[in-house]
Amino acid sequence: MHGLMQGVQGYIYPDELELQWGVLIVLYPYITGLVAGAFILASLERVFKVEAVKPTYRLALLTALAFLLVAPLPLQLHLGHPERSLEMYFTPHTTSAMAMFGFVYLWYLMAVLVLEIWLDYRKDIVLMWKASTGLKAWMYKIMALGSDDISERALLTDDKVGHFITIVGIPSAFLLHGYVGFIFGSVKANPWWSSPMMPVVFLFSAIVSGIALVLVMYQFTAWYKRLPVRMDCLDTIARYLMYAFIIDFSLEMLDLLHRIYEADESFKSLDFMVHTRLYFSQIILQIILGTLLPIGMLALAQLVKLTDKARQGLYAAAGLLTLVGIFAMRWNVVIGGQLFSKSFLGYTTYKMDLVSREGLLPSIVLMILPFVILAVLVRILPPWPSAEDEAA
Amino acid sequence: MRHFFEHKEHLVRMAVLFVVGILAFVVFREIMVPAGFGEYGHFRAGALDDVRAHPVKYAGQATCVQCHTDIAEQRAQGKHAHIGCEACHGPLATHAEGKSDEVPTKPDPRATCLRCHTQNVTKPKTFPQIVPAEHSAEGPCTACHQAHSPSLS
Repeated sequence: MHGLMQGVQGYIYPDELELQWGVLIVLYPYITGLVAGAFILASLERVFKVEAVKPTYRLALLTALAFLLVAPLPLQLHLGHPERSLEMYFTPHTTSAMAMFGFVYLWYLMAVLVLEIWLDYRKDIVLMWKASTGLKAWMYKIMALGSDDISERALLTDDKVGHFITIVGIPSAFLLHGYVGFIFGSVKANPWWSSPMMPVVFLFSAIVSGIALVLVMYQFTAWYKRLPVRMDCLDTIARYLMYAFIIDFSLEMLDLLHRIYEADESFKSLDFMVHTRLYFSQIILQIILGTLLPIGMLALAQLVKLTDKARQGLYAAAGLLTLVGIFAMRWNVVIGGQLFSKSFLGYTTYKMDLVSREGLLPSIVLMILPFVILAVLVRILPPWPSAEDEAA
Repeated sequence: MRHFFEHKEHLVRMAVLFVVGILAFVVFREIMVPAGFGEYGHFRAGALDDVRAHPVKYAGQATCVQCHTDIAEQRAQGKHAHIGCEACHGPLATHAEGKSDEVPTKPDPRATCLRCHTQNVTKPKTFPQIVPAEHSAEGPCTACHQAHSPSLS
């Protein structure tokens, strides 16, 4: 208590001293955003026939799945009693957005991602089933549901069904991340959050972070597997990243301009916060290093003729900076929204624990976990083109 | 019809898997949701009986003043007129019903008084509040104040 009081400036209400939503609730929108973004990039190839991004299609889907499996874990850790989470499905409160979201999550996981990955990989699964023996053959046989029909007609049907699922998947991905923004945007008592712009801003930042993640992962996996990087693919993803980022940044600036011009009773207090407690994470990390610099780097690659090697380096750096910038954006929304007093007369400080259930250590583990899951997934379902595809 | 399902066996199997999954959910839900859930609202109807079955612990001040008329009169004169007896003395239903020989212990005046009267910025300014160490370093508050009608005695 005494320690917490040292972080207080001005006057705050007693229940504002300690933050209720910590770093885990920062991770939650960050991770779901990466899922939605990676899926939307994958759907570019499938629905909008952007052939150049094809090499990343499967990697993007597996990345989305790996992150989606981890997405509810920060919430489970934050709330405790994971066994009770089932009750949200058994007796859902239909007026609660959070309760209904359980079904959106399940729908997106099972009916969209798992089904789309299964349909796309079915031919490979059957071939791997036939080519392996023992337990491995059994695993692939179960994954193929015991059906080895990979005739041209069967695969054509798979493609059609897959196309339909992707079309259903795009609004589902929008719903998935729009909801996360809605949860914050609908808190009418909090002027830092309460804005109908929130779901839209969250959605576009999700698309930006997902594209950046796939951009980085594609380069990393190519380097790790010593596979050639397709520069047309990389250039196209980088271009899409820049477009999405410009829209995202414009929306955030529109929100900011609106707040500055409107200057309601909370404005002075929030403005002071941005220039003091959030200066590093908002101005330096989110806006300068995490938005303007990567947009500038991506624009440079468009304007100046650079070598393949230089563009690769530029894209990797821009992707990583974007990932840091979007994390900072989530941090500023979640943590920033709890640092100021509703009295607008004071501020508190967020003190992050190290090893507690909601501390830094579990957060680091949660951030590493999707990559471990992805490493397992790519072993079972390799997303790299086969020698035969390469030849074609 | 048969022609329609040709080369779609794997899709039928997946569809069956989904249907089995949904059925399993419905069955599991039937087992897990307690009887009477939703009858009166978003809770288990039997919870009302469970709560009703709890023994009554507080007698309520209407019961207290039936015997303790002198204290009730004294209290009615002062600022504690609207404070329930059991707010300081604790739950005493068994005492009021005469079911036990339990004699209520007197509350420790200093601890009881300071629970409400220690200074706190969130309390209204008109509410009497003190910084205990400055107001009286030690000793019971009842040395100067009357507990039931807390003007200076």
